[in-house]
Amino acid sequence: MGDTKYPVWVIAEQILGEIPPVSLEITGQARILAERLGVEVEAILLGNGIEDQVDLLFSAGADVVHLGSAPEFTNYQCEIFTESIVARARDRNPQIILIGSTFMGRELAPLIAAKLGTGLTAHCIDLVLDDNGVLEQQIPAYGGLMSIVCPEKRPQIATVARGVFPMPNLDEDRSGSVLPVEPPQGIKIRVQTLEVVHTEPEGVPLETAPIVVAGGAGAGSLEGWLEIQELADTLKAAFGSTRPAVDEGWTDLETMIGQSGKMVNPDLYIGVGLSGEQQHMVGITGAKVMIAINNDPKAPVFEQVDYGIVEDCRIFIPALVERIMKLKSHAGRTAHVV
Amino acid sequence: MLSIVVCVKAVPEPKAAEDLKIDPVTKAIPRHDIPLEINPLDRNALEAALHFKEQAGASITVISMGPPPAGDIVKECLALGSDEGILLSDPAFAGADALATAYTLAKAIEKLGEVDLVLCGRASSDGATEWVGPELSVFLDFPVVTMVREFIQFNGSSWQVKADIENGYRLVQVELPAIFTVTQDLNSPRTLSFSGIIQSRKKEITTWGLKDLALPANTVGLAGSPTIVSKLEYVESKRECEIIEGSLDEKLDQMIGKLVEAGAV
Ligand SMILES: Cc1cc2nc3c(=O)[nH]c(=O)nc-3n(C[C@H](O)[C@H](O)[C@H](O)COP(=O)(O)OP(=O)(O)OC[C@H]3O[C@@H](n4cnc5c(N)ncnc54)[C@H](O)[C@@H]3O)c2cc1C
Ligand SMILES: Nc1ncnc2c1ncn2[C@@H]1O[C@H](COP(=O)(O)O)[C@@H](O)[C@H]1O
Repeated sequence: MGDTKYPVWVIAEQILGEIPPVSLEITGQARILAERLGVEVEAILLGNGIEDQVDLLFSAGADVVHLGSAPEFTNYQCEIFTESIVARARDRNPQIILIGSTFMGRELAPLIAAKLGTGLTAHCIDLVLDDNGVLEQQIPAYGGLMSIVCPEKRPQIATVARGVFPMPNLDEDRSGSVLPVEPPQGIKIRVQTLEVVHTEPEGVPLETAPIVVAGGAGAGSLEGWLEIQELADTLKAAFGSTRPAVDEGWTDLETMIGQSGKMVNPDLYIGVGLSGEQQHMVGITGAKVMIAINNDPKAPVFEQVDYGIVEDCRIFIPALVERIMKLKSHAGRTAHVV
Repeated sequence: MLSIVVCVKAVPEPKAAEDLKIDPVTKAIPRHDIPLEINPLDRNALEAALHFKEQAGASITVISMGPPPAGDIVKECLALGSDEGILLSDPAFAGADALATAYTLAKAIEKLGEVDLVLCGRASSDGATEWVGPELSVFLDFPVVTMVREFIQFNGSSWQVKADIENGYRLVQVELPAIFTVTQDLNSPRTLSFSGIIQSRKKEITTWGLKDLALPANTVGLAGSPTIVSKLEYVESKRECEIIEGSLDEKLDQMIGKLVEAGAV
């Protein structure tokens, strides 16, 4: 089956010297693909003073780590990173490259693909091998599941969001070889990151929250939106959104759940005023219990959740918040008496 | 004077996009005449160009690759204030993936001659790959910054921009000519004005096909696309939904019950 020579690659990332979960998740998936193909997993990691992170990549499934550790690699620099990765890829001829759908990955992936003259699939929700060892890159489309392949060109490149693949069991006994990557010499530098500013994310983080309340276009206005946000606050839940809510400017892209947003795995998901479009729903398939509130009994979302409530959210949500508040203050009083 | 190219994609109107679904029985995708609109983020890109034009003078050329009806989108951009409009339309361009799209756009931009700035949306609403801007930068050999939310310094040949990253931003310095992809935080796009429509009536758009770009047919459209769709399957929902019935009060009671069950309150 397939190509038994060329490795499966992972572009690993480091943020402030630490490897983010998505890099380990895709390394785990690369391991699964590589074992089926009978090839090795190679990761490339660029940063400065990050030698201590290499073992993590081995334990997640890498056999080889191409390590660039130099001041030039401290921050993501578009041209330096692209050049280093493309040069090493030309050397090793990976048949597959997996890249996290992070902000860096989303810029790097198309640069690498275009330089290598190959195809690329964005925001995949699954990656499987067909009988010929060709990578089927699956994305939601037209209310179904679409498989995209890159039949002739190599490598086959895909970006994957955090949470699409599970965190692999980290095997601390695994090790591998490290191949150094030197910063490229003599390339034109026309883009330079002068400064990177990290802000503390507000509220409960979506990716790990036990409860997620998501709002959609049905909120109707910023006012309606804030009511849904209040429900989230009342439940100490993380707050999610659909794309129209982001487009309306009610919330940031960072809160968007779905194929091109974030993947969440809560115990409880409450979707308010959203239609249940698949590109949103693929972000929540892992939820244990799902409840939807929508004023249209025919909304597709009612086919995809466990409980449905047909109500106008502008009436239902404020009333619900009031009930929860009452319940809480009541519970508070009882506790006080005891 | 800056010479600016804005890449604009004609995308299905959101309501029309909803109808583009696989039929669970016939497995076919219904395709009627889908009404098109300007990709929302490309409005932000055009707005930025118009802003530069008003500030310091610039010539703005809008380019769109798409079927003939996309010409209306290009015309709308003329009415919004761009100077030239080019539609890349040819049956040979159909079925292009991001790479073939970027390649074709790059060849058209090269044909325009000297360009200082290429502006794209961060993503298209129907493709949403976010690839076209960066891939264009490879074919044009221009530097690129994606997800620009603010132009900090935009005089001379070295610009500074703020671009989004996870929970924060980066400050980036770029040498022109350059490509930027922009987010909706950059500005508030203007809407059509009556005088804009009147003024643009005299303007014509230019249509270029394969011959005008002098490209081999195997470098564009489906033939020039490394990726292809291999399968499209209908997926059944895995959940059984129970609709909670009753008066508003009863629904609230039941909802609270579910929240308690889930340990949420
Ligand atoms: C390639 C691609 C990638 C995409 N990625 C994502 C993604 O990652 N995340 C994402 O969310 N979307 C994504 N989308 C967009 C997605 O397809 C849908 O357009 C979007 O999820 C719809 O959002 P919505 O449900 O809020 O809006 P709509 O579809 O407009 O639905 C609004 C719903 O609210 C209901 N409603 C209206 N008024 C009320 C009221 N007063 N009370 C209660 N209910 C009410 C309506 O009945 C309707 O069902 C993507 C699209 C594409 C093509
Ligand atoms: N067919 C097209 N014609 C013109 N510009 C396009 C086309 N497709 C994509 N673009 C540009 O590339 C951006 C990103 O699109 P995408 O890569 O599809 O998410 C869009 O916002 C447009 O600026």
